[in-house]
Amino acid sequence: MISFSVNKKRVSVDDAPDTPLLWVIRDTVGLTGTKFGCGIAQCGACTVLVDGSPTRSCSFPVGAVAGKSVTTIEGLANGETLSAVQQAWLETQVPQCGYCQSGMIVATTALLKEHPKPTDAQIDAALTNICRCGTYDRIRVAVKKAAGLA
Amino acid sequence: MKRANFVATTAAASGVFALGFELPLKPRLAEAAEGAPAIRLQGFVRIAPDETVTIVSPQAEMGQGVATSIPMLVAEELDCDWARVRIESFPTVDKIYNNPAFGTMGTGGSSSVRGWYLPARKVGGQARAMLVAAAAAKFGVPATDLRTQNGVVYHDASSRKATYGELASAAAALTAPTDVTLKTADKFTIIGKPLRRLDLRDKVTGRAGFGIDVVVPGMLFAAIKQSPVFGGGVGRYEESSILKRPGVKKVVNLKSGVAVVADRYWRAKSALDAMAITWQDGANAALDETAIATAIAAGFSETALVAKKVGDPDAALASAAKVVTAEYHVPYLAHAPMEPMNCTASVTADRCEIWAPTQAPGPVVGVAARLTNLAPDKVTVNMTYLGGGFGRRFAMDFVQQAILLSQAAGAPVKVIWSREEDVQHDVYRPRSSTRIKAGLDASGKLVAWQQRIVSPSIANASPNAPNPPTKADSTSVEGSADKRYTIPNFIVDYVPKDFAVPVFYWRSVGNSQNGFFFESMLDEVAHAAGKDPYAFRKELVADKPRLLNVLEIAAKNGNWGKPLPKGSGRGIALHESFGSMVAEVAEVSVDAKNHLRVHRVSCAIDCGQVVNPNTVEAQVQSAVIYGLTAALFGRITINKGRVVQTNFTDYPMVRLAQAPHINVEIVKSAIAPTGVGEPGTPPIAPAVANAIFAATGKRIRTLPFVRAGFTA
Ligand code: FES
Ligand code: FES
Repeated sequence: MISFSVNKKRVSVDDAPDTPLLWVIRDTVGLTGTKFGCGIAQCGACTVLVDGSPTRSCSFPVGAVAGKSVTTIEGLANGETLSAVQQAWLETQVPQCGYCQSGMIVATTALLKEHPKPTDAQIDAALTNICRCGTYDRIRVAVKKAAGLA
Repeated sequence: MKRANFVATTAAASGVFALGFELPLKPRLAEAAEGAPAIRLQGFVRIAPDETVTIVSPQAEMGQGVATSIPMLVAEELDCDWARVRIESFPTVDKIYNNPAFGTMGTGGSSSVRGWYLPARKVGGQARAMLVAAAAAKFGVPATDLRTQNGVVYHDASSRKATYGELASAAAALTAPTDVTLKTADKFTIIGKPLRRLDLRDKVTGRAGFGIDVVVPGMLFAAIKQSPVFGGGVGRYEESSILKRPGVKKVVNLKSGVAVVADRYWRAKSALDAMAITWQDGANAALDETAIATAIAAGFSETALVAKKVGDPDAALASAAKVVTAEYHVPYLAHAPMEPMNCTASVTADRCEIWAPTQAPGPVVGVAARLTNLAPDKVTVNMTYLGGGFGRRFAMDFVQQAILLSQAAGAPVKVIWSREEDVQHDVYRPRSSTRIKAGLDASGKLVAWQQRIVSPSIANASPNAPNPPTKADSTSVEGSADKRYTIPNFIVDYVPKDFAVPVFYWRSVGNSQNGFFFESMLDEVAHAAGKDPYAFRKELVADKPRLLNVLEIAAKNGNWGKPLPKGSGRGIALHESFGSMVAEVAEVSVDAKNHLRVHRVSCAIDCGQVVNPNTVEAQVQSAVIYGLTAALFGRITINKGRVVQTNFTDYPMVRLAQAPHINVEIVKSAIAPTGVGEPGTPPIAPAVANAIFAATGKRIRTLPFVRAGFTA
């Protein structure tokens, strides 16, 4: 059994320690907001926070989160109150198909923690996630809105 | 957008204005005449006592915002309060939900709003008329003395009013009128407004249910590997040790591939990865780029099918003052939607239930019925959100696999492809090559255009296609043959060359390559004529006001003609597809190390009456990024009968740092809506290629740009 916390709740799972955290979150814990896009840490659809750091969970073994705290897209809002990043995303009408957006929002949450007023270069460096719907223009606007820059 | 919710709310809410929502509706609807207006109302609108208006969208929501724009059409004529509108996906496949443009339930061809523009408004108008009739009876006044606004019926003369929620159950008992008068555009209060999408709250909280998120009680998971060589099959595999692994239930030989079924996805996937499989490569194991290129090159001297001919291009070329000749090539492309292929199916002796992110729920019913030997009315298709479609999800391979795997496992099964399977087992945008000769007269006027296209044909891939084909496949020549420039002598002909690589619709289909061919060549011709490429195009569309208009807007917004530093350039392209006109101006820079940056793209689109400017802008931006990604990086190559590329490492995507700022201006128009999802894609590759020429003098005739030594 591997124990850790997901969105502040303790969980214990019987998956093999080398199972990617992504599939444990989705199938064992049952939170499907975190997405599978590539499986090789390329696209960022699976991004979660592990002790606050943005982590591509498709390529991160569940054994390595024992005792740590994991935050997923489902853990960002406070009840029905959206986080500032989610609110900016909604106001900017960012998502199209929406599949990449959990990862984008989680990655942005981490970015703004590190750089509350990010420059364009910092945004570019932090948000290397792929969006096949091409929502990038609005993502940049939304990041700045969430940071109070626009 | 979840069927479970739908059933619960219908059953629980009494006094609900539920026009035909009582299940089962199939037998009754089966008798209904196709498209009869009264029946169209059934299953589309539900008004609850608390004033909530639930509107069903019959189309697949794959990012384009159709789950909001079709309800907007209904709400416009219903005169309800938009703040109270909720959306729901269709509860079942039924012909009342058939895409009017297709005659079956399906989403593609930029047709959803085009097809539903009148039928969906009619539904709203009918529901409104029924509510007004109910109010007329209640107040004892003629219906003509009543007016509606924001979900309330008013009788101004007596200062009485009733809300839709109050009138709903009385209205539900009435017969829907067959004839309703729709609003004129000047009365629109919803159509044309940039409204927020109703699906986005769930898409920022992780709640939106995609196909991959489906959970069914007792469900197992499957991972799959398909024969690397097209047309090959499974040889031998060693399953005894695999079956001993934790959670593994079954190994299934699907002939073209092998799947492992387990109680959790990763247990299935890791077991499959551990399994030794040998493949029977079959007849195509020698196919490679050289073989394909050689066959295509030979096609140029074979008999061609004429797609369009005007005047006498041979004679006009012979007497032209100047002839420009060029050859262009584009590769196979994968769709690579963000959500990998997946489907969940539960097949029992007498039922087949499917949960699928599909663009083709209508055709899925037929395929499922055939595979299971069940009657079509024993098949249920539950729609999920699609994590992108782009044409890929019109194919049904992943649905068939889920059905076969559920049958084999005797349990509901969700099959999920790896990204590697997705890249290597797509149905690809055909590669295509073209030779074009263009003739100018002494004044630099374009007088002749002679173009031959050689490519695999999507139409030929259909089992019903005549062999040999009797006409040029429109999906191979569209965007060249139907170009509406005024050229007095013109021919486009076509030689199909088919290979074992499966081909299919890819966002904007033939326009994706022909837009590049035509608009790049036109740029060459303009330069040969010593004319500005924008001015040259203006002459060619001088008598086509809509095309001219978008061209002028894009040029103005894109600062055409304004000075730029050395190493920078602008390119322009104009293309019409799916009924809409789009012009794009791209501004690029290329540094000393050949690093290419696309800084800005200015787009102008005329898509007729705009329904939701918010989503039109987003779709044009999306179409530009999709086309730009392909133009910069996209190339699927074949070696030893299989796809060489595997994942986003070698089939790369444009990311935020590479994305240009994309400005979109939507032309005001009152004509019926035309396509939006695709028309933004074709102009971007030529606009950027033409900009690279302006910046560097280097003409790119083969995509992607990285093959010409550029990095991005
Ligand atoms: S799924 Fe993890 S980075 Fe793509
Ligand atoms: S919104 Fe569809 S992949 Fe990003």
